[in-house]
Amino acid sequence: MQAGTLSTFLKRGAIWGFIVLELIFFSVAGEFLSLSDKAFMDAGNMLLLLKQTAPLGIIAMGMTIIMINGNIDLSVGATFALCAIVLLDSLTWPIFAGLGDGVIPVAWALALLTGIALGALNGLIVWKTGVDAFIVTLGSMLGYRGLVFMYNGEQPTSHLNWTLVDFAEAQWLGLHTATWFLLFVTVAIWFLMNRTVHGRNAYAIGDNRTAAVNAGIRVGPHMMINFMIIGFLAALSAVVFYSESGSVNPNDGELYELWVITAVVLGGTKLTGGSGSIISTFGGVLAIQLLRKGLAHIGTNTETVNLVIGLILIAVLFLDRQLNLKGKEELKV
Amino acid sequence: MAGLTKEQIGGILARQGILVAFALFMIGFSIANARFLDPDNIMGVVRSSAILGVMALGVTFVVISGNLDLSVGSMMSFSTIVVLDLHDKIGPTLAIPAMFAMTLCLGALIGFLVGYLKLNSLIVTLGMLSAIHGLTLTYSGGKNMDIADKAGTWFGVFGQGDALGIPVPILIFVLLAAGLGILLAKTPFGRKVYAVGGNRTAATFSGIRQARVVFSCYLISAFCVATAGLIQAGRSLGSQNTVGQGLELEVLAAVILGGASLMGGSGTIFKTAIGVLILGFIQNGLLLVGLQFYAQYVVTWIIIILAVWLDIAAKRGRLWSPIA
Amino acid sequence: MIDRAPVLRLEHIVKTFPGVRALDDVSLSVLPGEVHALMGENGAGKSTLMKVLGGIYQPDAGQIVVDEKPVVMASPLEAKARGIVFIHQELSLAGELTVAENIYLGELPRKRFGLVDWDTLYSRTDAILEKLKVGFDARTLVGSLSIANQQMVEIARALTVDARAVIFDEPTASLTDAEKVVLFDVIEDLKAHGVGIIYISHRMEEIFRITDRITVLRDGTHQGTVNTAETDEEAVTQLMIGRKLDLSRNVSHHEIGDVALEVRGLSCGHLFKDISFEVYRGEVVGFYGLVGAGRTEIAETLFGLRDPSDGKILLDGKEVRIASPAEAIARGISLVPEDRKGQGLILGMNCRDNITLPQIDDLKAGPFVDEGSEIAIFDKYRDRLDIRTPGWKQLVGNLSGGNQQKIVIGKWLAMHPSVLILDEPTRGIDVGSKSEIHNLIRELAAQGYAVIVISSEMPEVLHVSDRIIAMYCGRIMRTFTSDEVNEENLIQAISGIGTENGNSTA
Repeated sequence: MQAGTLSTFLKRGAIWGFIVLELIFFSVAGEFLSLSDKAFMDAGNMLLLLKQTAPLGIIAMGMTIIMINGNIDLSVGATFALCAIVLLDSLTWPIFAGLGDGVIPVAWALALLTGIALGALNGLIVWKTGVDAFIVTLGSMLGYRGLVFMYNGEQPTSHLNWTLVDFAEAQWLGLHTATWFLLFVTVAIWFLMNRTVHGRNAYAIGDNRTAAVNAGIRVGPHMMINFMIIGFLAALSAVVFYSESGSVNPNDGELYELWVITAVVLGGTKLTGGSGSIISTFGGVLAIQLLRKGLAHIGTNTETVNLVIGLILIAVLFLDRQLNLKGKEELKV
Repeated sequence: MAGLTKEQIGGILARQGILVAFALFMIGFSIANARFLDPDNIMGVVRSSAILGVMALGVTFVVISGNLDLSVGSMMSFSTIVVLDLHDKIGPTLAIPAMFAMTLCLGALIGFLVGYLKLNSLIVTLGMLSAIHGLTLTYSGGKNMDIADKAGTWFGVFGQGDALGIPVPILIFVLLAAGLGILLAKTPFGRKVYAVGGNRTAATFSGIRQARVVFSCYLISAFCVATAGLIQAGRSLGSQNTVGQGLELEVLAAVILGGASLMGGSGTIFKTAIGVLILGFIQNGLLLVGLQFYAQYVVTWIIIILAVWLDIAAKRGRLWSPIA
Repeated sequence: MIDRAPVLRLEHIVKTFPGVRALDDVSLSVLPGEVHALMGENGAGKSTLMKVLGGIYQPDAGQIVVDEKPVVMASPLEAKARGIVFIHQELSLAGELTVAENIYLGELPRKRFGLVDWDTLYSRTDAILEKLKVGFDARTLVGSLSIANQQMVEIARALTVDARAVIFDEPTASLTDAEKVVLFDVIEDLKAHGVGIIYISHRMEEIFRITDRITVLRDGTHQGTVNTAETDEEAVTQLMIGRKLDLSRNVSHHEIGDVALEVRGLSCGHLFKDISFEVYRGEVVGFYGLVGAGRTEIAETLFGLRDPSDGKILLDGKEVRIASPAEAIARGISLVPEDRKGQGLILGMNCRDNITLPQIDDLKAGPFVDEGSEIAIFDKYRDRLDIRTPGWKQLVGNLSGGNQQKIVIGKWLAMHPSVLILDEPTRGIDVGSKSEIHNLIRELAAQGYAVIVISSEMPEVLHVSDRIIAMYCGRIMRTFTSDEVNEENLIQAISGIGTENGNSTA
């Protein structure tokens, strides 16, 4: 076994260990505390959990590649809401009235294109102005949210299309549509990051940007593509979620960026870039969703979830630091 | 412009760009609508900017010291809810110091984690954002908090009162800005904040106890948040749990607009105050010229990007980034 | 010598930075199949020259000729495209990627749809690695390799392109003897294929073993190019050191006072072990050794930046524990650190604020900073050290290296320390400032300061020190007085030859 492999294994495995711990804890604690008679690890419950993981999970996959690339995207929540509005509103546009249910793919395409365009705009600004992605997306978080509100004021935008609802509520091989989307996205992004030139270059850029530039890798286009991907995924998340719910409030998606970043960091992706794993991010979102559901299961107020997740995030950061301390003789700076 | 080279003009724009932009906005809006420069209108804008402004003063310290604070929004919700709750339980005179003490404890916790344990401030305050939000909800049981006897309390003075003909929120903002401005610009502590943000290693090599400085900055930020919570609570005498939600990023926007670099080491209280006022006047001006309220977000977005872009463009001497 | 046109010529290169003429009319040519050594002390201009060649800096004058065609190296990429390959001293690898991905960084073999052609990638890489006889394979993560093996990855990278010239920058600094043999084989192999090689190293033994010609730089000027076979170590050293600066040996013997600092058996993990010495008032003690010998780490420990694992520090005869720089400063120790920009200065702050930073808590008028006394302090040290700046408001980042270093020294002199430690005080600054700083160090000793100077430049140590402590691998090998030291016994001591802890001052 090579040096470093064990600690890498421990780190990669940590999130799954945590999930197992959660499952055991909530199953046991549920026996004593649960308000319902159902076991926590009930199959239906777990399937539902996967489905509920999907909206954040899909975005988290995008955030992982953005962060591996050495950037961050705070605008995903606003992008999510704006794409949801485009989806629901375009279903009712008169020009598509003649299409019948044929409007569905058109509306989906419009929403997804909106997401790609918003992401591309972020990416282009980061690339061409050289302003830090944190500031660029902080700005567009406000800006995109402003567009959401300008669209329909503080009113919700609603349209229920029953064909869509049926599609979204369908189960195939036991899994819900949303779950399939999440699984598909996870596999696709894993493939992108581990098997394609773009993915490997994205790792290289985040890991050692100078080396990447000196080797002739064009940093800008890679960053831009990744921002387009996260825009697309935020839109896809909205499409999956709102096809079923049929109503979007202008505040929807607020704080999503924070939840998603939390999940990605829990999954072990470094803020400084260059390191991170898609599968671990999947574990990260699963862990958060489990926590939410588990705490509800044992009768804790749902409010406690935020508290627990925040503390866990800080604890993970602390543990990571302790593990990486080099020893007593280290320079105290 | 005789006597000024292109570089000099660029330099002035880079250094004083925020003031130039501010002046242009004021002129533009006042031409578009005469009511804009009406003293009542101006007073109204400043008054409604006070909460954001007070919080931005504290975050300025944190940002100059080279860190971030994303927790101020949910911390402000916490302060507001706590002081409203305690108001009815132990009376306003005790509730206020109790709320300040609790908020400062949260600030001290963050300061300890970032300063002494040297954890990444973005993640720590992100975690605290969530944790404090949860704390607030747990505290309030998820319900809105209201003062029972709204007519019979003097507590509203912090949000609604007037002193010397000036609304109290404005007075608090101005006094706090003056005090913190002097602290930052004129005292040894202020100098150390710039040093730690400018180069943490070199500051340590100069005998500055950087952990203590960072810790103090988070305490100052928490103090400002508590003050903002007091104004918020006094203004409405009742509140939702999420009253400060999203403010952390608006506050950060104001600080960045004021020219503080997220890398640390630069920025001033005065410029942050200007940044806050710009945000306030844009909102107001756009409403007066007939645009809807939410257009301000889009305009703010564009202004933030332009401000930071021009700033770094002036520093690197070229408009477009060298990224291939 | 091979009678063919050079693969690479650098002609009359001039490069100036604000305040420093880094390269002044430097020329260098490399023949096909030649190993050409580039030598010179730190700051002589070697790395600047290589950055010009690599397209990182643009020369102010002169030209680069590759295969008899003048070229403009606009970027590192262009240098690479023209077959100029660098093996960097500081590694430029991505630790989370595999060896193969690093070697083919930027040019991963592709299949359809932008997929990486892993089979081709790995088989090509393994073929190269086999040639290098390394103990890892193409699939290994670079981050899990030792530094030496990472170096081999860098070297492997050079073998993937059709190189015309390969530049090795201190390639053996972190290699074991066995790995060196492999490296030299690789160089032989490159030679046989007609590739030109520039080999930068301080190690004479290697230079004379593998190179064909030697070019020596000093203070940015070309001192000469000689055939290795026709010269010897002494002649090369002579060229490198020169006598342009007044670097005569220190012979002054002024009053030496009491012991200011005494260190007994100080250790810090594997960094240094069992260090004992003392410094008297009015004396300059030089620390000499190779990079990594532990000198800087001792200074950092004395300054409270590292916790010693064992041993005692005594100031004025009293044992002290120094847990932080703030405590060190309070006890009268000052450190002018090795990394001027990273550790010494806050580049975005003005000159005055940098100079008064360590004592800012004491410069108060009421609760406020007393700017009047700050300016007075600045003026005093600007005059005393002849710091050239338009005024105190100037940002330190805009000053030349020499003036920046004077700001750092001024900042610590203003603390009136009883023990002043200077770590590489003249690294990377111009000749004029260099000799000013040397004079200042002697002057300070004459005034009764206890001074420690850490330097990697032998002439400097010889010039300023009353005593010299030679270190090797974290241990003191020998302490010399200025009467008994010479270049030969000093070199022997820092190379690990000689008696350990030989103390001749007793």
